Amino acid sequence: MSQQGYVATPPYSQSQPGIGLSPPHYGHYGDPSHAGSPPGMMKPAGPLGAAAPGGMLPQGPSPPGPQQFGQNGAHAQGHPPQRFPGPPPVNSVAPSYAPYSPSTQSSYPSPASTASVTQMASQLNAMHINSYGSGMAPPGQGPPGPPSAPLFQGLPRPPQPSIMQPGSQVLPPPPTALNGPGASPLPPSTHRQDGLPGPAPLNAQYQPPPLPGQTLGTGYSPQQAGSYGPQMAGGQLSYPGGFPGGPAQLAGPPQLQKKLDPDSIPSPIQVIENDRATRGGQVYATNSRGQVPPLVTTDCVIQDQGNASPRYIRCTTYCFPCTSDMAKQAQIPLAAVIKPFATIPSNETPLYLVNHGENGPVRCNRCKAYMCPFMQFIEGGRRYQCGFCNCVNDVPPFYFQHLDHIGRRLDHYEKPELSLGSYEYVATLDYCRKNKPPNPPAFIFMIDVSYSNIKNGLVKLICEELKTVLENLPKEEQEETSAIRVGFITYNKVLHFFNVKSNLAQPQMMVVTDVGEVFVPLLDGFLVNYQESQSVIHNLLDQIPEMFADSNENETVFAPVIQAGMEALKAADCPGKLFIFHSSLPTAEAPGKLKNRDDKKLINTDKEKILFQPQTNVYDSLAKDCVAHGCCVTLFLFPSQYVDVASLGLVPQLTGGTLYKYNNFQMHMDSQQFLNDLRNDIEKKIGFDAIMRIRTSTGFRATDFFGGIFMNNTTDVEMAAIDCDKAVTVEFKHDDKLAEDSGALIQCAVLYTTIGGQRRLRIHNLSLNCSSQLADLYKSCETDALINFFAKSAFKAVLHQPLKVIREILVNQTAHMLACYRKNCASPSAASQLILPDSMKVLPVYMNCLLKNCVLLSRPEISTDERAYQRQLVMTMGVADSQLFFYPQLLPIHTLDVKSTALPTAIRCSESRLSEEGIFLLANGLNMFLWLGVSSPPELIQGIFNVPSFAHINTDMTTLPEVGNPYSQTLRMIISIIQQKRPYSMKLTIVKQREQPEMVFRQFLVEDKGLYGGSSYVDFLCCVHKEICQLLN
Amino acid sequence: QNEERDGVRFSWNVWPSSRLEATRMVVPLACLLTPLKERPDLPPVQYEPVLCSRTTCKAILNPLCQVDYRAKLWACNFCFQRNQFPPAYTGISEVNQPAELMPQFSTIEYVIQRGAQSPLIFLYVVDTCLEEDDLQALKESLQMSLSLLPPDALVGLITFGRMVQVHELSCEGISKSYVFRGTKDLTAKQIQDMLGLTKPAMPMQQARPGQPHEQPFVSSRFLQPVHKIDMNLTDLLGELQRDPWPVTQGKRPLRSTGVALSIAVGLLEGTFPNTGARIMLFTGGPPTQGPGMVVGDELKVPIRSWHDIEKDNARFMKKATKHYEMLANRTATNGHCIDIYACALDQTGLLEMKCCANLTGGHMVMGDSFNTSLFKQTFQRIFSKDFNGDFRMAFGATLEVKTSRELKVAGAIGPCVSLNVKGPCVSENELGVGGTSQWKICGLDPTSTLGIYFEVVNQHNAPVPQGGRGAIQFVTQYQHSSTQRRIRVTTIARNWADAQSQLRHIEAAFDQEAAAVLMARLGVFRAESEEGPDVLRWLDRQLIRLCQKFGQYNKEDPTSFRLSDSFSLYPQFMFHLRRSPFLQVFNNSPDESSYYRHHFARQDLTQSLIMIQPILYSYSFHGPPEPVLLDSSSILAERILLMDTFFQIVIYLGETIAQWRKAGYQDMPEYENFKHLLQAPLDDAQEILQARFPMPRYINTEHGGSQARFLLSKVNPSQTHNNLYAWGQETGAPILTDDVSLQVFMDHLKKLAVSSA
Repeated sequence: MSQQGYVATPPYSQSQPGIGLSPPHYGHYGDPSHAGSPPGMMKPAGPLGAAAPGGMLPQGPSPPGPQQFGQNGAHAQGHPPQRFPGPPPVNSVAPSYAPYSPSTQSSYPSPASTASVTQMASQLNAMHINSYGSGMAPPGQGPPGPPSAPLFQGLPRPPQPSIMQPGSQVLPPPPTALNGPGASPLPPSTHRQDGLPGPAPLNAQYQPPPLPGQTLGTGYSPQQAGSYGPQMAGGQLSYPGGFPGGPAQLAGPPQLQKKLDPDSIPSPIQVIENDRATRGGQVYATNSRGQVPPLVTTDCVIQDQGNASPRYIRCTTYCFPCTSDMAKQAQIPLAAVIKPFATIPSNETPLYLVNHGENGPVRCNRCKAYMCPFMQFIEGGRRYQCGFCNCVNDVPPFYFQHLDHIGRRLDHYEKPELSLGSYEYVATLDYCRKNKPPNPPAFIFMIDVSYSNIKNGLVKLICEELKTVLENLPKEEQEETSAIRVGFITYNKVLHFFNVKSNLAQPQMMVVTDVGEVFVPLLDGFLVNYQESQSVIHNLLDQIPEMFADSNENETVFAPVIQAGMEALKAADCPGKLFIFHSSLPTAEAPGKLKNRDDKKLINTDKEKILFQPQTNVYDSLAKDCVAHGCCVTLFLFPSQYVDVASLGLVPQLTGGTLYKYNNFQMHMDSQQFLNDLRNDIEKKIGFDAIMRIRTSTGFRATDFFGGIFMNNTTDVEMAAIDCDKAVTVEFKHDDKLAEDSGALIQCAVLYTTIGGQRRLRIHNLSLNCSSQLADLYKSCETDALINFFAKSAFKAVLHQPLKVIREILVNQTAHMLACYRKNCASPSAASQLILPDSMKVLPVYMNCLLKNCVLLSRPEISTDERAYQRQLVMTMGVADSQLFFYPQLLPIHTLDVKSTALPTAIRCSESRLSEEGIFLLANGLNMFLWLGVSSPPELIQGIFNVPSFAHINTDMTTLPEVGNPYSQTLRMIISIIQQKRPYSMKLTIVKQREQPEMVFRQFLVEDKGLYGGSSYVDFLCCVHKEICQLLN
Repeated sequence: QNEERDGVRFSWNVWPSSRLEATRMVVPLACLLTPLKERPDLPPVQYEPVLCSRTTCKAILNPLCQVDYRAKLWACNFCFQRNQFPPAYTGISEVNQPAELMPQFSTIEYVIQRGAQSPLIFLYVVDTCLEEDDLQALKESLQMSLSLLPPDALVGLITFGRMVQVHELSCEGISKSYVFRGTKDLTAKQIQDMLGLTKPAMPMQQARPGQPHEQPFVSSRFLQPVHKIDMNLTDLLGELQRDPWPVTQGKRPLRSTGVALSIAVGLLEGTFPNTGARIMLFTGGPPTQGPGMVVGDELKVPIRSWHDIEKDNARFMKKATKHYEMLANRTATNGHCIDIYACALDQTGLLEMKCCANLTGGHMVMGDSFNTSLFKQTFQRIFSKDFNGDFRMAFGATLEVKTSRELKVAGAIGPCVSLNVKGPCVSENELGVGGTSQWKICGLDPTSTLGIYFEVVNQHNAPVPQGGRGAIQFVTQYQHSSTQRRIRVTTIARNWADAQSQLRHIEAAFDQEAAAVLMARLGVFRAESEEGPDVLRWLDRQLIRLCQKFGQYNKEDPTSFRLSDSFSLYPQFMFHLRRSPFLQVFNNSPDESSYYRHHFARQDLTQSLIMIQPILYSYSFHGPPEPVLLDSSSILAERILLMDTFFQIVIYLGETIAQWRKAGYQDMPEYENFKHLLQAPLDDAQEILQARFPMPRYINTEHGGSQARFLLSKVNPSQTHNNLYAWGQETGAPILTDDVSLQVFMDHLKKLAVSSA
């Protein structure tokens, strides 16, 4: 439970240990008493209002835009005076500022126009966040802001004014916040001024958040708040948002929650839409160091100009702090989410293949980094300096080229490895196992033919499907047929191998009953070319369901099955992938035998972690073997009860496979989802027998890795296979100081075997900025990647730590990051004011979603398997997937413009956004729901379902009927668009308002209070704010 | 004598009446018993035997019993218990005797009607690490054999190579087999579990009431009646492929014979204990992995030789032998037998595996290739039928020996295992497999012959009354190939004689042929466990003692030495025995030795004698074919010789004959008689070949031919390079050997016999 305990094990992020601020105040979140009543932290965040920019806590009755402006204005006005009074107690504004501007200069020395503009914009945003910024935002508003800054810092900053201008250009439809200031009514300002002087007294007029105990009764009355004010003790009363009159509501926490306008707190939808509006549909060129890419939710065309596309690598921040002290202070995790095989849209250039001949790729002699744009050629091109380790190497003769007047090789643009961020090398024999070229990989299909699978028709379904899906085995683009060989095994308590050699009249079955020490009974004829053996294979697939039709075997084995597949691949000396279709807890006597240990009593105890750990270490060593032999395991689970996903899923996870789970599989309901998954999984792009190595420039290094990986040592990330949907999250830590001018360079090299059996190296390079200004760091953060990192690190920690501790740590770190910003980067304001950096505006809401995820939620109502399953899914997710997973997409369908092909604008995931007259589509990457309000428009219902009324809708369907009208067509198109980009097929559930299944649906309304616990967004924000305030004091 | 009737030959047909004298006879009182000797004239009786009511005796009513027809009582001639006849015998009288009381029925066979009859079982265990043509030939032989099996017999198929596959025979559409790793030894229980032969657990059955409550045969998947699946099995055999695992240069294929046998044994053990079953192992090379491996897979390490064994250099031998012994014992316990058909140019590990056949009464066949008539016909002959149309094979026999009080049984040598039944007639001294009065013979055929050794226990001071007879009863219970249980009872009696007063009688009743074979069996039995020279020394000593006892001579005068007719051939037998491959390992591989010894320990007297001293016939223009001395002097230029060593039939053309043939005289009409002469031994050889099991190696050679060595190594080397010129005659052919000739041997024997030392 203790902070210490956590620190002992790897923290979520490097900064963990060194809690820059005030440790004592740390983390009460977990404490129920506190959680219950987020004390008066709410302040009338009015100033920023709903405006996205400033993540201020808004106050009560949501005044729509205009009103907020007013408030903002108030702020703006308020500020100057505020500041004058002097740096408020805790925050040392000046220091934080000082770094700020210099960094701006240094980072963007070159006047690359677009980049700088964007940068400016973000700076601007940042400023807004600090409430003082709000005033300045409006384009014309310049004056108030700029002066303020200099004033405070005493450091004359020329850049500032200039920032303003670009900013204004860049933010055409700026978030509401930006608009606000202009209109700002002044009244509040007076209050402000009053308030500012001291933390405690200030409250007088702002409904100060009462102390926990007191709040309820008293804090209520608005205007009288003043009188209560005195009672409010320091830290907690920090509500800067001067609300003059009206907002009595702000006083007490409960009331606050009720009254706090959800529209006034930072909205993820708003952020997404803003980014889409500014950057969507444009070309994003990766030509400069440390530029923050568009959000994952934004569609744009990415052009590789020397840095890897964000589709391959996304970082939590694109500007690393120069020193580890700084990193500790900010506690922002430095991490990259790498998806080396990410699918690239057809309008972007696929990776070039570089062949350096028999010498193999040109590499730095010392650190072995591969030739890349970060290598600096010198001495007329005869030598080059490695950007990573600074070693000076001779250019190999075959690689020599003269330099041009700016010191660039003449062939700079001809060689992908000199001009691009991502490309592939042909690997030579030195890069192959045993120095032999690899064999093409094989797919082995392993079907559980125990009683239940036969009975529910699953075996038949699989066999039928395989006949068609095998036609589409992945192949190299230039090849005519797939080089992948296939093999078949069925099993229950014993294993059945099949000989499907092409010259056989009928398949031969070989039963291996020695499950204790399983082996491969045949070599020739087990793995075959599908085309050649097609008739035998079809014969086999026809026979399998019949063969076991009267089987009454209930018991199954599992570890031996994987073992068998692995041995088969080993015997054939090729990498490959096992597709296992399994349905029950493997209770038969064999290695890896499991017992039902689903003990709900463990929940909420220190032993809860056991539920997430595998039951035996058999699976661990099995996974190790699998990885060693390039055997990837993909598992399709069809459980009807507890099957111990934590144990069964371990091998798939560690071997880079995928786990699919279909609870209570029913043929008519689930087969479509399953078949889609199966097809996708077979057809998707994949690399085998991979080793990934992350190289970094001096001063920092990769220290921790999360994903479907296996590590035998601290640097080589081994993966039996990695496909286009798998991402590895890498955390970095400082070794030393980083220099601002050289930046931070990352090279990710993946050595793998292609589906055609060629050995390749895939290289992704990325350069990041470094800064000694915290503000730069905060400016360059990427919340989606942060959440991805937090989720993976927390889910990994689940194995070792009590969940309560993990939750506390997450909350604390969130608070800490924000507090650090507040303290060091934000302009001085009332201590009680909640100020969020622009780049992290939605961090609280996302963090709350993460905390509410069933994995971290210790509730007996949620099945242990489901939690283990989701835990595992998240571990390999890329940024886009985790974003959607934690904050589902909720689309209004009833307002659909059937003429447009664009997706409708999403709305926030809260019940209050639904309406009885509406129809909504919700998707999180795993599930999809179509929610129908009781008063849904009949014409829509007719259009979509082809039934006359709401009551006629059959909620059993999992696909929408094809009705020939625009509503139906558009809706189905939307569904397919959403589905298209996702690795998992989503099962569509039709939910009618006020019917039982709606409960399930509601769990996905993540801004609301969770069904099984988990606070609402508003509550959580309050809580975080409270934490921050404590930290600041 | 009664050999024809009873299948029994005694070394002594008059028995010395005291223990002391008996031991002085040198050759023990023993007999060669052929339990199932073919008796076309003996119809089995369809009722059960009448047993002596004394529980320790239980001897069977026989012609030697005294019967009181009036009181309806009979006295057991072994324990003298007086027994009531059973109710069915109420009509008995002097004129109305049951068969078992008639003297001509000293051997009688009862058919037991009780008990369920279970079909015979044939389980083929087939090596797939063969050359393509070998495998093809084997496959054809196996397919052919299906038509020879009784239609209701159950067959099963196990194939092995690197892995062991147990084929399921009842499946349609897809051929199915259970596969086992060839390197892992499994217990019977494990094997049965893995094959799914253990009874399903109760809860399962309750869960599925729909299923038939009791499956007909749990093993039905692997063992099926021939008539049901012969098509299937023929196809399956036809589709057998060579072991597909790659064998790299310089390696032997990995062959899991040990595990395959173990699985075969385990399969039958669990499903058909105590019913007649043959496990037929076909192997084309040595086991190279797993339990029972005989040699590693590196070709550069040759398989063990006698030289290695003497040097204790055969790393795998002990372990492998132990493995196969364990299997053999288990098989014997279950009443099954194991045949070994080993066809390869190199050794196949028969030395290690021999006990499988030896202890279970299985056949052992050794050949060069499955693609030879030697194998093909031998294999076919296994399924030959007798005059009744029954297979010449019987299963699961127990042989019980009962003796009168003066005698005890000391042991048996033959294809049997002890059942460890102690009883009053069991001697404390063991000769061969002793310590029991019952043996199990899991597989036997009409020629299977056991040597049974007795001990006279009558004390010198308690003489048997004049004219007293000792009796021995052999009771053989077995499963006939028609699946009936039968009991064959042989009761014989011989006169006692006082060795001091009636030595002539005893001497005259010496059966030197039987004695030679019985002594040879003892010698071979010893040779299995003792050093070769020791055994020879022992044999020599026995021979010398015998000569001392029964020879007529003056002390220290070798020239005066004479033996009576009944002993005259005995020394010569011993001479050839000493030279035989049963005791000499020189020039034989360990496998060959095992093979020869195996057959020696089970063949009947005639065949055994041939093995000890091969028969040599001469064909020439000088007269009809005649047997000639097995001597180098018999090898003449104008003769054709036919030698039968049991294992080989050698036709040898003398120098001149060979030249004539080369010149083609046999094709000239005017020399038709030469053609006939050439043809005559061929026809005779053919006759022998037809009758013999296993089929002998047929060698047709001529003077100077390389194969002539088979002949030259057998004949008495009366002329060698050492004495060639001394003899000076042009007759015969010198043998290049340092072995002593019979003459030298005899001279030494005489010298030693007459010496008083």
